[in-house]
Amino acid sequence: MLSRNIWALLSSDFSHGSTSIFAPAGTPAHSIFSLSLLVLGITTAIFLIVAALLLFAVIRYRHRASHPDADQEPPQIYGSTQIELSWTVIPILIVVLLFLATTRIILSTQDAPKPASALDVTIVGHQYWWEFSYPKLGIVTANELHIPVSDPKHPTPTYLTMTSADTDHSFWIPRLAGKMDLIPNQINSMWIDPQSAGLYLGQCAQYCGVQHAKMLLRVYADTPADFAAWVSRQQKPAVQSSDPQATAGRATFQHSVCISCHTVSGTVATGRFGPDLTHLASRDTIASGSLPNTPANLRAFIDNPAAFKPGVLMPAMHLNQHDLDAVTAYLSTLK
Amino acid sequence: MAATHTPAPAASTQLPPRRLVLDVLHDWVTTVDHKKLGLLYIGYALIFLVIAGFQALLMRVQLSIPNNTFVSPQTFNQLFTMHGTTMVFFVGMPILFGFGNYLVPLMIGARDMAFPRLNAFSFWISAFGGFLLYFSYFGASGLYGAGGAPDVGWFAYAPLTAHVFSPGHSTDYWTLAILLSGIGSIGTALNIVATTLCMRCPGMKLSRMPLLVWLYLVTSSLVFVTISPLTAAQIMLMLDRYAGSHFFDTQAGGSAVLWMHFFWIFGHPEVYILILPAFAFANEIIPVFSRKAIFGYPAMVAASVGIGFISLSVWAHHMFTVGLGPGANTFFTLATMVISVPTGIKLFNWLATLWGGKIHFTTSMMFAIGFLFQFLIAGLTGIMLSVAPFDWQLGSSYFVVAHFHYVLVGAILFMLFSAFYYWYPKMSGRMLSERLGKWHFWIFLIGFHLTFDFMHVPGLLGMPRRIYTYEADRGWMIWNLIISSGAIFQAVGTLLFVYNMVWSFFKGPIAGPDPWDAWTLEWSTPSPPPEYNFAVIPTVDSRRPLWDIKHPDDPDSRYE
Repeated sequence: MLSRNIWALLSSDFSHGSTSIFAPAGTPAHSIFSLSLLVLGITTAIFLIVAALLLFAVIRYRHRASHPDADQEPPQIYGSTQIELSWTVIPILIVVLLFLATTRIILSTQDAPKPASALDVTIVGHQYWWEFSYPKLGIVTANELHIPVSDPKHPTPTYLTMTSADTDHSFWIPRLAGKMDLIPNQINSMWIDPQSAGLYLGQCAQYCGVQHAKMLLRVYADTPADFAAWVSRQQKPAVQSSDPQATAGRATFQHSVCISCHTVSGTVATGRFGPDLTHLASRDTIASGSLPNTPANLRAFIDNPAAFKPGVLMPAMHLNQHDLDAVTAYLSTLK
Repeated sequence: MAATHTPAPAASTQLPPRRLVLDVLHDWVTTVDHKKLGLLYIGYALIFLVIAGFQALLMRVQLSIPNNTFVSPQTFNQLFTMHGTTMVFFVGMPILFGFGNYLVPLMIGARDMAFPRLNAFSFWISAFGGFLLYFSYFGASGLYGAGGAPDVGWFAYAPLTAHVFSPGHSTDYWTLAILLSGIGSIGTALNIVATTLCMRCPGMKLSRMPLLVWLYLVTSSLVFVTISPLTAAQIMLMLDRYAGSHFFDTQAGGSAVLWMHFFWIFGHPEVYILILPAFAFANEIIPVFSRKAIFGYPAMVAASVGIGFISLSVWAHHMFTVGLGPGANTFFTLATMVISVPTGIKLFNWLATLWGGKIHFTTSMMFAIGFLFQFLIAGLTGIMLSVAPFDWQLGSSYFVVAHFHYVLVGAILFMLFSAFYYWYPKMSGRMLSERLGKWHFWIFLIGFHLTFDFMHVPGLLGMPRRIYTYEADRGWMIWNLIISSGAIFQAVGTLLFVYNMVWSFFKGPIAGPDPWDAWTLEWSTPSPPPEYNFAVIPTVDSRRPLWDIKHPDDPDSRYE
């Protein structure tokens, strides 16, 4: 009863935020999940047997002061080769079994042939945010990864090629796959194939600096139609709004240091140090998944990013109230 | 050769008279006596244990609820860096070297270590390393203003330690502290190896050496092999930071993974360096309180040496997610699984030692029994982590934090407490209070299980380690609250232990030379032993010389 409740807690979908490794939603996570059940089964069995023997020995062979020969030493037994052999050979057999089962999953995950239908995404880890680019689609975005759902009959997995621009990071979406590190000067790769549409959460799993905790990850698995629509929107250049406040904001943005770190396609803003803002307003969150993307949050974040993410590399912009409103209005038009 | 020439325990019930403070201080600072240096190591480690434990408490307060602002992210990162570095290098290593220093010469019938002056040098240089690490709180920014402790994590992955990501001097203090402590560790390891190989009393063949001494021999040999790459890596890091070399400087073509190899070829054997002494204590304490000889002495020696060798080939299981490829992942999975075989042999031999014995539930034995159960669990979660794909999920999560604290606290610290209750009478001449000891045991046991059993869960739910706060919608809060509540029990238990040691030093019952009716040579000396240890160097005929004296009708020497 209790164990069922605990299991329910471990695998349930908390509102929308499950990151449980026991709620797999893609092939790599699934194969790890089945392997983990085998490993858990074997280790639980070993635990029950050895702990029961230990408990028995501790209770059965306790010193009893009332016993007639309480003062006598027990018989001294120095060892037994047969017994030593048995508890050497049996563990070796268990190790062989576990090793073979493990090797199968290592190879099926890390040596899997890449199908022609696979989508390629390049991930670059930055101090406290994620850069995603789709080289064949000409899209660059940040922090929110959109990929197509993969139907097991016609798999469309996403292959991730990963590196880092600064320190080590690690890409971890527990429901989709195990983690893989992003390391500067090194190219790593992994693949994911979410089998139902939805949002999958995760976060950076390798300590990367002050704000490691708020380097959150969001992976959106879209239906094929939704994904195609998303791609066509992202491929367009930035919206040129005619709203006067947004126009003023664009001028302020382009005349301040914003452009040395951020890109807005089709404008003079071509910085690469911070996230691409071309379609900022199409994203659900800002600050690497740590704040909902509302005009109020955006305005406050531009005013003083360190208030939300102490240690963030974006400086406080020291804009006056008028400019802040204008820049917020401009960025909010970048659908 | 049934005759044994070990001197009978002297019937001393009086402690030496106390002296002036300045005399005592001078005596301790200039001492080269292995027993005093052992106690210095232990005392120094206990001070750092309390400091690093307090750092853990602060972290648990911060993590008990989501989006907490009790400490800043910078402070939190310093806390886990200092907690890890302190616990490994300035608590674990010195406290185990302390017991080794104290016990090894006594157990092999020697009057001191092979190199007493080197022994003192090693202690003081390690101690200086610890003070240097903590001086970073004041000096890390040099002349520019307030300092700051290192915040790069205890394994200080490159390139976070490069000048560009870690300006100021905090990383330099970390590097120098590890470098100095490493020199001290190598000195003491050399001393222990030389002592066990050259200073054994007549009759003590290697095959008659107490298992504790065997394990210290293996641990010390591992220190040689593994501290050296760590020291080399620290020097390379300093060259990177100050001489323009590019070993780990990824911005100039260096390799981040190279640092990981250097660190973990030290770091994983280090776990065994820390736990083999815990096994050593268990090998002495479990037989005495079961009133039986250790079961399978040759198998225990073989397993210990086996663990020593295999532990050198498992390091990259810390690197299953850095992209070494399926070949390396498969090899290190196998090597890591194989080490569970000799480790299992040890556990089964302790079980067989209990079997058919007459178990006395002293506080020392209760901690040892706790060790057996908790080490079993720690070993099994270790097997889970050796399965590379499972590790892709569990690595760098709170599951790993729970696993290694199960090893470090559940196994090593429990066995250390056991060792304190067992050898404190020998070291101080007085018994620790058993009544306070039982309270200490139960309170600490409850706290340990509240904290570290439940710590596995947020890892399974996707909570990474080293985050100063977390999102409220992940379902991690309830588990973190339970974990933090357990920390309070552990703190109370530890304070009871400290109180017990102080109180018993003045008020505890006089121990006498052999309060546990034990069998190894240290119990043939008065408590505390005189500076020269043995008035006459003993001669032994078996693994349990005092058993032979106590049972002349049925000596061990007849069965070897």
